[in-house]
Amino acid sequence: MAEIKYTTADPKGVLTGVHYMDGNHAACEGALAAGCRFAAGYPITPSTEVVERFSVRIPLVGGVFIQMEDEIASSICLQGAVWAGLKAMTVSSGPGISLMQEHVGLAACLETPCVFVNVQRGGPSTGLPTLPGQADMQQCRWGSHGDYEVIALSPSTVQECFDFIIDAFNLAEIYRVPVFFQMDECVGHMTEKVIIPEADKIKVVERRYTSKPPEEYLPYKPDPDLVPEMVKAGDGYRFHVTGLTHDERGYPVINAQAQKEMVYRLVEKIEKNAPKIWKFEEEDIDGADVVVLSYGISARVALKAIEMAREKGVKVGRMRLIVVWPFPEPRVKEVANSVKAIVVPELNIRGQIAREVERIAEGVCKVVRVPHAGGTVHDPEQIFDAIMEAAR
Amino acid sequence: MSVEEKVKENPVEEFLRTDRLPHVWCQGCGIGTTVNCFARAVRKCGIPLEKLAIVSGICCTGRVAGYLKLDSFHVTHGRPIPFATGLKLANPELTVVVYSGDGDIAAIGGNHLINAARRNVDITVIMLNNFTYAMTGGQVTPTAPYESINTTAPYGAYEKPFNLPHLVASCGAVYVARWTAYHVVQLTKAMVEAMNKKGFSFIEVISPCPTIFLRRNRLGDAIAELKFYKEHSVIKHGADTSEVGWDETRPDEIIVGKFVDVERPDFIEAMNTHLSKRLGDKYVWWGKK
Amino acid sequence: MATAEKTKKKKFRGVVHVLPERCKGCRVCVEFCPTGAITMSDGFNSRGFHYPEFTYPEKCTGCELCGMYCPDFAIYGYREKIGEGE
Repeated sequence: MAEIKYTTADPKGVLTGVHYMDGNHAACEGALAAGCRFAAGYPITPSTEVVERFSVRIPLVGGVFIQMEDEIASSICLQGAVWAGLKAMTVSSGPGISLMQEHVGLAACLETPCVFVNVQRGGPSTGLPTLPGQADMQQCRWGSHGDYEVIALSPSTVQECFDFIIDAFNLAEIYRVPVFFQMDECVGHMTEKVIIPEADKIKVVERRYTSKPPEEYLPYKPDPDLVPEMVKAGDGYRFHVTGLTHDERGYPVINAQAQKEMVYRLVEKIEKNAPKIWKFEEEDIDGADVVVLSYGISARVALKAIEMAREKGVKVGRMRLIVVWPFPEPRVKEVANSVKAIVVPELNIRGQIAREVERIAEGVCKVVRVPHAGGTVHDPEQIFDAIMEAAR
Repeated sequence: MSVEEKVKENPVEEFLRTDRLPHVWCQGCGIGTTVNCFARAVRKCGIPLEKLAIVSGICCTGRVAGYLKLDSFHVTHGRPIPFATGLKLANPELTVVVYSGDGDIAAIGGNHLINAARRNVDITVIMLNNFTYAMTGGQVTPTAPYESINTTAPYGAYEKPFNLPHLVASCGAVYVARWTAYHVVQLTKAMVEAMNKKGFSFIEVISPCPTIFLRRNRLGDAIAELKFYKEHSVIKHGADTSEVGWDETRPDEIIVGKFVDVERPDFIEAMNTHLSKRLGDKYVWWGKK
Repeated sequence: MATAEKTKKKKFRGVVHVLPERCKGCRVCVEFCPTGAITMSDGFNSRGFHYPEFTYPEKCTGCELCGMYCPDFAIYGYREKIGEGE
């Protein structure tokens, strides 16, 4: 089995220091710190600053930026770069992410480690190009056809845009999976202090290249953790990969048995490793009557509402998802068992995450949705009202 | 091939995943013929096998990647060119060949074709043109000749077909050739030239599809079609590409040859030259200097 | 496997090999052999296709066109120095 090799960041890509920048720029710096040396993109508001900064920075770091003819091209061009040995990302929003979905499936099927940054805006269609939404949370999980799993992270602050995109790249390498970095327009365009540490303080994961010789190597024979070892073009393995259902050799096999083996492994490599992937932040869960569960910018807006409710004497706890997919089911179940209600504010109207909480809570506690159509963030009063209602 | 170069096994053998044979292609299909040419071209071009990558999309020709024992990528429908672009840009030492069909390259992948030609990405595109979507049963393509019968043009095609050599040449491709599956020696030579050409090279190969296109259009079998290519092809090297398309159902002349062979900096060279001029020593040169 | 007869003038002879199990019987090799050295067999392979045979070795120049044309990688030719391989 290929050991997961941690190393420290290449100093060339790390802009150590204290900065004042927006989330999109911070995400770009985080990607560079994580070792991303290739980005393919297509302009789309409100995400464009990520690749704009990348195109400024990468000539000084060593790597390639290419603006492709569309998002479809971007989302596969980066996978070519990955199979040639680089870490790579693409960046988009709303309509662009919709166009990329076929290649999310390709990345899942070929097990291409790569990062899709989605600076979410309001939809559907062209929707609200310049204004926030959180209505692509189920899309990033189910957007491509077929059975597969992805990993998705959601930052709430500009510092987290830097910090967690490094996690996104690392998780992509460990599990050979497309990782979504689900920002939103607010986080992307908010300007805050960002501390970029020294390169030797930043942990990055190396690709899990095989040590086997070509005659012993099978491209899709999984290690015990269900993830196969990788090779890259140009190393003499003369390997084959295909988006068709395939066996361990990477050869197409079009039957039910091969399909079962492949899709179960693609799903289970995330499900079974989920305890190592989950990441969330908690506060005052013990003894709480109400827990506010949220993510991204909404989790931040909720802080004010929580403070207001506490002033009214309500025992309010807080859970913030950092890794949204895979969903931390056992912990949410525990929380559901210990509280009267879970309140879920998010910038979509039919509870894309709330319905996941409802499914897991199975009626043992109330789940109160705090929907919002996007275009702006919640008024803290809305969330406050929901908490007070839930506490009754 | 001279006596000195003689080979005692099938020259294509070392390039094949023989454990996957027989292949999916029909009796008389021209794709396998072009793979023979490709194998011989790889032997002659001097590129080390481990530095040669092949990318195919989804179509009958798209299965080529699966049969060639190279680093081979069978990606999504229409998108082998952007995948190949990523491979090449990330590792400039690779020779990257896109091997796919007319529907894949010119219809769904048309935007990528013209932009890769414009950027002069250093890849070779070998596009088999059998004038139909064969794998899905024979639907009309943007290359389908006027009045040709297709399942989605049951009364005959009435759209103007692409003149692909002209299209890619106008976008800036540095090497453009067209041959047919009959011209195996010339096609092999063209493949050698294209793979060794720095920049975007494009070869259109007119190829018989006996099961779908020829049968449905009552054009006979593969032998009849190859004879048609033999009798109707006219070699015009350096031909004006605006004149190599055809609007007739069955052309009197199929103009073949090497139409374009010019020099222009490829994407990586242009990037390195430009950015080092603008950024001086701060620029980190990409690839070997 | 067929072998060519020795001729007095030639320094080499053409040899053709057939892999019948790969053949789909398209006859392109027979049709485009410039010297007519190949014919179709009366026999069938396991999938029921007639396959080519190297019937007239003395006609073969080892030009390799059969191998270039064969869509199924089922036939190939080469030139062998006279006296070699025996």
